[in-house]
Amino acid sequence: MKAYIAKKLLALPLILIGVSLLVFVAIRALPGDPARLMAGPEATQEAVDNMTRRLGLDRSLPEQYASFAYGAVRGDLGISIKSKLPVVDEIAERLPFTLGLAITAYLLAIGIGVPAGMIAAIYRHGWPDQIVMILAIAGASIANFWLALMAMNTFSVQLGWLPLLGASSWRSFILPSITLAVLPTAVIARMTRSSMIEVMSQDYIRTAYAKGVAPQTIYWSHALRNALIPIITIVGLNFGSLVGGAVVTESVFNWPGIGRFLVDAVRYRDYPVIQGVTLVAVTGVVVMNLLAELLIAVLNPKIRFD
Amino acid sequence: MASIETEIAPRRRALSRALRWMAVHRSIALGGFLVGLIVLAAILAPLIASVDPYAQDLLATMEPPSWAHPFGTDDNGRDIFARVLYGARISLLEVVLSVGLAVIVGVPLGIMSGMSGRYVDQAVMWVMDILFAFPGIVLAILIVSVLGSSLINLLIAIAIFSAPVYARLSRNLTLGLKSMDYVEAAISLGISRRRIMTHYILRNAIGPIIVQSTLTAGTVILSAASLSFLGLGAQPPLPEWGAMMSDGRNYLGLNIYMSLFPGLAIMITVLGFNILGDGLRDLLDPRK
Repeated sequence: MKAYIAKKLLALPLILIGVSLLVFVAIRALPGDPARLMAGPEATQEAVDNMTRRLGLDRSLPEQYASFAYGAVRGDLGISIKSKLPVVDEIAERLPFTLGLAITAYLLAIGIGVPAGMIAAIYRHGWPDQIVMILAIAGASIANFWLALMAMNTFSVQLGWLPLLGASSWRSFILPSITLAVLPTAVIARMTRSSMIEVMSQDYIRTAYAKGVAPQTIYWSHALRNALIPIITIVGLNFGSLVGGAVVTESVFNWPGIGRFLVDAVRYRDYPVIQGVTLVAVTGVVVMNLLAELLIAVLNPKIRFD
Repeated sequence: MASIETEIAPRRRALSRALRWMAVHRSIALGGFLVGLIVLAAILAPLIASVDPYAQDLLATMEPPSWAHPFGTDDNGRDIFARVLYGARISLLEVVLSVGLAVIVGVPLGIMSGMSGRYVDQAVMWVMDILFAFPGIVLAILIVSVLGSSLINLLIAIAIFSAPVYARLSRNLTLGLKSMDYVEAAISLGISRRRIMTHYILRNAIGPIIVQSTLTAGTVILSAASLSFLGLGAQPPLPEWGAMMSDGRNYLGLNIYMSLFPGLAIMITVLGFNILGDGLRDLLDPRK
């Protein structure tokens, strides 16, 4: 167990070094001269040369990577080409909006997905099970931006109940968070159902029934507790797909988070921003995955990892 | 009379057997039906749609559904029904190219990694873990911003983020198969490593790889549509479903059909692949 945790913790910097290398190489492979882009379209050759020196582009690639990595560790991700502001500040300004959306979506997904999966497991093969499973597979097959457009059309344009774009009040949260929650809800419902079904066939559940424990108690305290491990796995390990979903959802709703920031940066060819947002997003995902894995290891020492 | 009966009876028996098989494997039947529907739509698009998906009619823009235009027309007066049908071709092309490329790259890497063990294995899996760390969409955005926004670059990007799934899967399958008696026997007989990889490992790993491909197909279509919707994939006037919705987004409240029908097409296709994939997985793994 300790060895496992140590191994996982040691792997983390290795993965992060690899990720930063990949991002670094990708940004260096971008078409066009970053110094010329930074200096602006009307810059003289002298200004471009100055910018090249300032950005350190005249140094060797390993040197450039070292200074990039050192900067990133200290929280320096460079300057945005478009706004001329530090990328870190720009991200810090937008991150709370993305986290707010992600947390709301996860709460919705757990709040709906876990009970739905439990009901499906309890009424296995009955109509509640079939309805939940149909909804779950449909939820995993819908393009979330399509759902967003349909919801915007109905609730914002036609009925005028909710704001169409932006993040002006708490009501702005409703449509984006529901849109973002659909996929994790579907995944959590399926996962809860299958792990509940597995747990319910265990001997100790049959013993509990035989002892005359009320079915409600069995579902909620005996079975659900043990079904929680796979659910945590899914929530932690699917954080990446939630981040991916946030990129699209934020763009549809003009949400001022880092997902839309990334898409806009690609349009403006704002390379330092692409680099910074990607690094922050991937680091977040890697850390969440690690936390999920460690939590599982702590909760269930019987699970073997290799 | 007798001759007719003897001719019909076996055929009827075969039919009823097929029906019974489909009743047992409902997922495969339903998923296969939906995917088949999209494949047919793609093949028969020129026959079903009477108009060219690119033909503009500026006198008949943003019309609601009618006999002449079953799904209505878009902002350029193009027939949405024809565009959705031709879009099926693009979506299936996305699946074939992206999944194909991911399999071609991922599976050999995984088998090699599983057979070699030690350093090769660790190096390959390190690279795969790095790719895995990226949310698919974010990696695709990074790659597309390097290669440029086009459908083909997007498909390459999707293949790159899908390949690690196949590498990991085939590595684990290889590790399991490697210790089987028949493979050990083949090794001790002095059969070449290459032949062992292709004839002894790959052939037995093909089932799970097909299941995974079916399940990835849905993800591929959703990712490609998402990025095209964001303007980072298929460009107008290509009738890609996501790109069509990107147009439709500007006319919310005026014409919902521009977004509604491409989205429904995506849902039917992805649903088909997902149900089919689930069914195939259950078929191959009777324990679940």
